[in-house]
Amino acid sequence: MSASEIETKIREIICDQLDVGAEDVDASKSFTEDLGADSLAIVELVLALEENFDIKIPDDEVDQIRTVGDAIKYISDRSRG
Amino acid sequence: MPRRVAVTGLGVLSPLGVGVDANWRALCAGESGIGPITRFDTTDFPVKIAGEVRDFDPTRWLAKRELRQMDVFIHYAIACAAMAVEQAGLDREPPEAERYGVYVGAGLGGITTIESTIASLREKGPRHGISPYFVPALIINLAGGQISIRHKCKGPNMGHVSACATGAHAIGEAARVIAYGEADVMIAGGSESTVTPVSIGGFASARALSTRNDEPTRASRPFTASRDGFVLSEGAGILVLEAWEHAKARGAEILAELVGYGRNADAYHVTLPSPDGEGAQRCMRLALADAGLAPEAIGYINAHGTSTAADSIETKAVRGVFGKHADGGLVVSSTKSMTGHLLGAAGSFEAAVSILALREGIIPPTINLDDPDPACDLDYVPHRARELSVEYAMSNSFGFGGTNAALIFRGVR
Repeated sequence: MSASEIETKIREIICDQLDVGAEDVDASKSFTEDLGADSLAIVELVLALEENFDIKIPDDEVDQIRTVGDAIKYISDRSRG
Repeated sequence: MPRRVAVTGLGVLSPLGVGVDANWRALCAGESGIGPITRFDTTDFPVKIAGEVRDFDPTRWLAKRELRQMDVFIHYAIACAAMAVEQAGLDREPPEAERYGVYVGAGLGGITTIESTIASLREKGPRHGISPYFVPALIINLAGGQISIRHKCKGPNMGHVSACATGAHAIGEAARVIAYGEADVMIAGGSESTVTPVSIGGFASARALSTRNDEPTRASRPFTASRDGFVLSEGAGILVLEAWEHAKARGAEILAELVGYGRNADAYHVTLPSPDGEGAQRCMRLALADAGLAPEAIGYINAHGTSTAADSIETKAVRGVFGKHADGGLVVSSTKSMTGHLLGAAGSFEAAVSILALREGIIPPTINLDDPDPACDLDYVPHRARELSVEYAMSNSFGFGGTNAALIFRGVR
């Protein structure tokens, strides 16, 4: 999967999980501040990312993923190419 | 002196339709909402029929992402609460939110979510097989919790659980809260959605359900000699109860007054009613005493009437309480003949039906009463609705565990 494919896929998952439009998922957007996610929605999003990219995101690293950009960077760094 | 309790809003959902108008039209037309089960493959099940809610679009009341965060019984509760609140004309931001409460229960609660999660746990394991929403999706008090969040009700909040008497108990207990002065408005009732393999299988295993699979619309046949069990069904019934003076002060239309409530226990058996309906008799008498009414004042009883052996016991109990009046003008009907048995939602759905009967001057019928059981010998309003103006109606609800509830309403037109 290319970097842009990964990014596209992540945006799709975020749109689906948080029920927001593609136009809302700028890299700078915070899941909790801007996209209406609560703590349970974050857990659900993390699990969906794990399933889709076949990775494990340890609970103590979830705090690193606060924005759309954080998610793209985190997954891109770890996703098998 | 207890405060008077008004009913100012009704929200209902059943296999007969969504909302008061659709349900009332079908009830007066004597239509059945029962059909073949579509929710799961019934091949190996002895019971293949149920009352499924159809044409319900939860996105009228819930955002898409919220749907998977809640069991279906909570979708139903939220929808009916919204309908009842809309009819009552309550403010979106109540000025005294701590004086608004929610008592909404369920019999079984989120069994659909439990079953699907056990399946996904087996398939995907504990990390990905169990949603972070699993617990709040299924626990019974989350119906009331979700309603309180949506309608900003900061007063008393509980989920009552008393099997098939749940909805009636939630309403009766909510009325007590108002009568005692602890809240001015209570959103109250029950909700249920359990057309699932384990639920149908469980009730079937207890031999509680009709197996008249070839004639779904004739399967729920209370008070007949050929009745062979209840038909499991789903839906919700939610009322807005309000302190009488509070409703008057804000100019709300009062639909009915809740004048009497009785609740007690048989202390006899988990599923069988006590002989001669001794517990049910005491319960009806408690409601009459609470209302300060003689038995002769009651014009209509919406019976528990589930289409099981217990129908003849309820008949005996009514005779025990109402004496000569049971043959002297009292009419009794079981609307479960049309809706099937909404379990935890039955008592509150039927409370709404009783109120509509009082307001409209029409008694909905007991359909399928083709072959009355000789032991069931009251005026059950067979087959066709009847125009009849009555002042007071009683709604009976009895549940597994020997728990009983009776509500009495006075119509306000």
